[in-house]
Amino acid sequence: MNTRQQSKLIYSWYGKPMSSDRKLRTTQYKGIIITSESSRTETCIQLGDFILVEGVNADRPYVAQLLDLYEDGAQHKRAVVQWFCHIGEIPQNKRKLLKREISSQEVFFDQVLGYDTDIDAQTIIKSIMVIPLHPGEELPITLNKEQTFYVKQSWDGKCFKALSPDTFSKLKAKKKKGSTPDSSEPFIPSDILTPLKKETESVVQSATKPKNAESKHSVSKSSLAKERQSQRAVNDIKTPTARKKLELSSPTRSKGRLLGSEVLDLLDDDRDAIAPLESAATKRKVTFTSDILGSPPKIPCSNDKSKSVSDTAEPCQRFSDTIRLSPYPKAKDFSEKAKNLHVEDDIISLVGHQKPGTQSPVLTPRSRRTCAQRTSALIAQHISVLNQEDDLSSSDSSYSSSSEEEEEEEDVPCTPEKKTKSSRIFSTPKSSSKSSVHTPAKTPKKTPLPGTPKTPRNATPEIPRRSHAAQKPASVLEEARLRLHVSAVPESLPCREEEFQDIYNFVESKLIDGTGGCMYISGVPGTGKTATVHEVIRCLQQAAENDELPPFQLVEINGMKLTDPHQAYVQILELLTGQKVTATHAAVLLAKLFNTPGPKRKTTVLIVDELDLLWTRKQNVMYNLFDWPTQKHSKLIILAIANTMDLPERIMMNRVASRLGLTRMAFQPYTYKQLQHIISSRLKDVKAFEEDAIQLVSRKQYIPRAGGMTARVVIMHSDKMSGFSSVWHNVAALSGDARRCLDICRRATEICEFAEPKRSPEIVGMAHVTEAIDEMFSSPYINAIRNASLHEQIFLKAILAEFRRAGVEEATVQQVYHQHMALCRIEGMQRPTVSEMMAICSRLGASRLLLLEASNKYLHMRVRLNLSQDDVMYALREE
Amino acid sequence: MKSAMSKRKLKDTCGASAECISQVQKILRERFCHRPSATGKLFGIEFQYSSCFSFPKMDQGSWLQFALKQGANPHPTAVPWHLLELLKRTTLHGESNSALIVGPRGSGKTTLLNHVLKDLREMKQVRGNLLEVHLNGLLQTSDKVALKEITRQLQLENVVGDKVFGSFAETLAFLLEALRKGDRTSSCPVLFVLDEFDLFVHHKNQTLLYNLFDISQSAQTPVTIIGLTCRQDILELLEKRVKSRFSHRQIYLMNSFDFKQYIKIFKEQLSLPAEFPDEPFAQKWNDNIQHLSEDKIVQDVLQNLFHHTKDLRSLYFLLMLAVSAVTVHHPLLTAADLQEASRQHSTDSKANIVHGLSVLEICLIIAMKHLNDVYDGEPFNFQMVYNEFQKFIQRKAHSMYNFEKPVVMKAFEHLLQLELVKPLERPSARAQREYLLMRLLLDNTQIMDALQVYPNCPTDVKQWAASSLSWL
Repeated sequence: MNTRQQSKLIYSWYGKPMSSDRKLRTTQYKGIIITSESSRTETCIQLGDFILVEGVNADRPYVAQLLDLYEDGAQHKRAVVQWFCHIGEIPQNKRKLLKREISSQEVFFDQVLGYDTDIDAQTIIKSIMVIPLHPGEELPITLNKEQTFYVKQSWDGKCFKALSPDTFSKLKAKKKKGSTPDSSEPFIPSDILTPLKKETESVVQSATKPKNAESKHSVSKSSLAKERQSQRAVNDIKTPTARKKLELSSPTRSKGRLLGSEVLDLLDDDRDAIAPLESAATKRKVTFTSDILGSPPKIPCSNDKSKSVSDTAEPCQRFSDTIRLSPYPKAKDFSEKAKNLHVEDDIISLVGHQKPGTQSPVLTPRSRRTCAQRTSALIAQHISVLNQEDDLSSSDSSYSSSSEEEEEEEDVPCTPEKKTKSSRIFSTPKSSSKSSVHTPAKTPKKTPLPGTPKTPRNATPEIPRRSHAAQKPASVLEEARLRLHVSAVPESLPCREEEFQDIYNFVESKLIDGTGGCMYISGVPGTGKTATVHEVIRCLQQAAENDELPPFQLVEINGMKLTDPHQAYVQILELLTGQKVTATHAAVLLAKLFNTPGPKRKTTVLIVDELDLLWTRKQNVMYNLFDWPTQKHSKLIILAIANTMDLPERIMMNRVASRLGLTRMAFQPYTYKQLQHIISSRLKDVKAFEEDAIQLVSRKQYIPRAGGMTARVVIMHSDKMSGFSSVWHNVAALSGDARRCLDICRRATEICEFAEPKRSPEIVGMAHVTEAIDEMFSSPYINAIRNASLHEQIFLKAILAEFRRAGVEEATVQQVYHQHMALCRIEGMQRPTVSEMMAICSRLGASRLLLLEASNKYLHMRVRLNLSQDDVMYALREE
Repeated sequence: MKSAMSKRKLKDTCGASAECISQVQKILRERFCHRPSATGKLFGIEFQYSSCFSFPKMDQGSWLQFALKQGANPHPTAVPWHLLELLKRTTLHGESNSALIVGPRGSGKTTLLNHVLKDLREMKQVRGNLLEVHLNGLLQTSDKVALKEITRQLQLENVVGDKVFGSFAETLAFLLEALRKGDRTSSCPVLFVLDEFDLFVHHKNQTLLYNLFDISQSAQTPVTIIGLTCRQDILELLEKRVKSRFSHRQIYLMNSFDFKQYIKIFKEQLSLPAEFPDEPFAQKWNDNIQHLSEDKIVQDVLQNLFHHTKDLRSLYFLLMLAVSAVTVHHPLLTAADLQEASRQHSTDSKANIVHGLSVLEICLIIAMKHLNDVYDGEPFNFQMVYNEFQKFIQRKAHSMYNFEKPVVMKAFEHLLQLELVKPLERPSARAQREYLLMRLLLDNTQIMDALQVYPNCPTDVKQWAASSLSWL
């Protein structure tokens, strides 16, 4: 079972086509026959059967349920499936949420959005058994371990939930159907499950219910289907009345309940659209403190219901690692009893979810659940109704069949911030006490997605907390300085709108298509490349959270943060899967990952910063990196960032450059107008700079460097201009660097602060900026020479003299020494000994005014100037 | 009791007890050897900006604190203020910064930083609020070593338990993770001091510098990176993206004081402190120092040194030599002591070696000098030197004994060992020793100077040295 038979398998349809769609040119079938040539066996798999599907990993095939079979226009046999996932497919950090051991036979009902449910029928391996179990149930011991799987909970990419009764019964039904004589492997486990216990105890509404229903009907490209689905979700929010009507028509509901479930239904529908939910007036948070999770399961009984309601509200402030249950309908709408019931059910389902292994459902008193049982009856009713409903209403009514407690659960993962926070705490037990004391403020840089970096071992290094609180900026200048710091994240990135749009469009289109691609982004340092890309990713993540886009996984590597180009593989793999392996092994695994069709894989967006550092002699790292997106199934989008525009032409081999493609983008250096805009936008309402001052900074940054030396020569010849010299010849070496610009401004505020001790109008003027620029870009050489000792200066003069004599810009110390002595004789000074000369020489060499050879050559050591002769002359003449 | 004893001794000796002298030696030597400047003073740097800010005489505490108390307002570019403000903002506001302190050797870079750090630590809000990591380019020769050292100094190893650190890549990832975790307002600021900053620049890809500067420019744990270097061209060494991330704050330290201030430093360095146990002696000593500083000879000595170098360390070295001459019988420093010290200080090391050579060896050196003159510095071999020497022996020498060739060869090899001559290339087994090309590592002036003072030098040798043609 583990390895697929090597013999050829022939796939053929079973029976006549059930229906066909003219428009899409598809024909649907109810079964598929797999014939093995070697063993001459035929296997028939029908709709609803559980199957194994070829996965990335040969010995870990995916488990799925067959929902639909069809032949598309191109005569390809396709299948639509509902996935189940192994524990191995769940990210490492989420596994802890389960708080129990998972046997290899257990699978999870997969509700992660974004997996491609439309697969090639030829990837089906065989049929198997999947048996739904209640959370408390032990796995039955079976003989045939490889062919039977058990499902207890569902997994939606963010948290685990108990199976909804709906799903449960469906799976159950399918199981029975699966054991019809049609199935080639009529396997019945030795111990059949006990009949359903009280359903309400474990019920959790399946989040992908609408999706399932939909995918049954959907035969089009899955991405399109998803898009439609998301659109519909939006529509649902807009038109709640339609659904309300539908619910009102359901006959068996009492008035009060109906009202409640209705509100909740609305909220539940909003599940995907977070924003409206957050603002919903009906929202109420029911919180659970983390210590409850740790302590023996709290058994909610009827008399502490109200207490638990009140309890839960206040720890919310104190503990950051609480699990919030929302939305909760306002109590006003309900009778007290109904309200209590909801609360209680919350708790039960939560506890059951957190500690499924230990919590015995029997513990909960029976009497409370009369109402809930009624709900379960409703559910059954709805299911039957549901099947006849059309596409839209089926998804809606499936919601309406839910009981209240599920929705509250749903919302735990809905707010992404909350989720990442709690996951961090779960993974770092050490820091939890600390972080509970102070609310961990989110770093402005978003740490994205479930697949975010984490240390594989439990070691989570942390810089200790500061003992005194950081001071708040007291004055206008301090405030301005804070905003001008390069690290301050502006709300928007001014002057990079076009580039932003281009990158966004590129990634978005690739995401929607579910294809891969590369984009090369170049630009000199400090032009906002990385910032723009991060901004794009942030927006895309936002969109993905709102279900406007298929979800994706972000991986970011930086060439400068790698110790070796090959470490890139290790980092990518670690960020993707959490595995930690050697570079070569990682390369193999990644190649396998990206080259084989992985229907369940999300699109990966890979940011490669400082690309040029990944250069190796054979360029295999770059080659692989750019080869993967070209693979059919890779679903990999690469954003490569580097400084040089012509990097592909300069350092890459042809085959690498060709794979990189032609999607390029060059970030032009900021013009002074743009720099001005950036500074102004950062300062916004803080009035700390004069307009002229900002303009000066921007201009200074923009004026292209005319070459320091030439400028200085010009100045030398026109001595009157010496006042301007520093400003002129020290214009930034990097023109259009926003970082530099901001640093100058920051320095200027400091200078201003010193210059204006009395709190007089603190405003940074031209003078301050000029001074800051002078300070940052003044040439150190001239000053160094002027402050050198007399003999050091004479030595430099001697070098000049020797150069002039020999006509070569290089001399030995011996030659310079003779010149030096001659100069000393002229000046009437005591001549230095050779040892003293050598000391002078090495001192000048240490500060790199001179370039020296190795000193063991003593007198024959060659000397060269590290700055032009003109500069030396200029510096010495002033004296 | 000690003072009582010294007082008693003071009565019977003429004012300088052994006790006193040893005290003086101890105090002054400690001062000159320049230990961590806990008690040292910011000479030079202080004078550097005396024009903008009148520095008070500091008796207790540092002048910085004094100035702070006074609420004085120095010039904004005054170096110590700039640095102190920078560090203060990091610790108090959690603002990330980076700066380079550039200045020639002995200009007080480390002293300045230590001073500022000391003042900073004394501030109440700062205590326990700043983590310091000190790295030195001479010790942390690669990024790998540096990262390990950073981890150690940040005491992050305990997080990993006893696990020995894995690869370089792991360590880097670990540390970056640690620093990324923090944020501006809640994490303890970290101060990185990179001594011999220029050596870090040569690490592969400048990975460490990139990452440190990158942290300082992104909203992570607040860090301040202070680099100390003596290279003026340090910015040109930084890679462009590293450079872009550096904030371009450079603090230049120059020994910009003039000779008057130099004399003042000389006086202050030699003066005994007020708390010296033997007060009359201290008074006497200080008077003497005052007297010395006005002495013409002393001023000449100092002037000469000042012309050669403004590095205060060489002044300390000179004073150290002079102070060594102070004994019980010679309790007070004299101008002659300083002169002697200056002579020792400035003697030519190679010429000193020549003083100890035998006459034969001197003759060989003179022969080489003539060869250098004739062939304009071209390299020579032993055979040429021997021929030259033979000519001298045969035609001119009266006092010289005609040595056998092997004996001359031996003398030549001695010179080789003393590194007065140096072979152009490594001697190989095949090449004959006589024909190995050599160069003389002495200048003509050095040879002539050495001959002047060479004891009992034969006259004909002297004459030969003066002119290669004298034998004609």
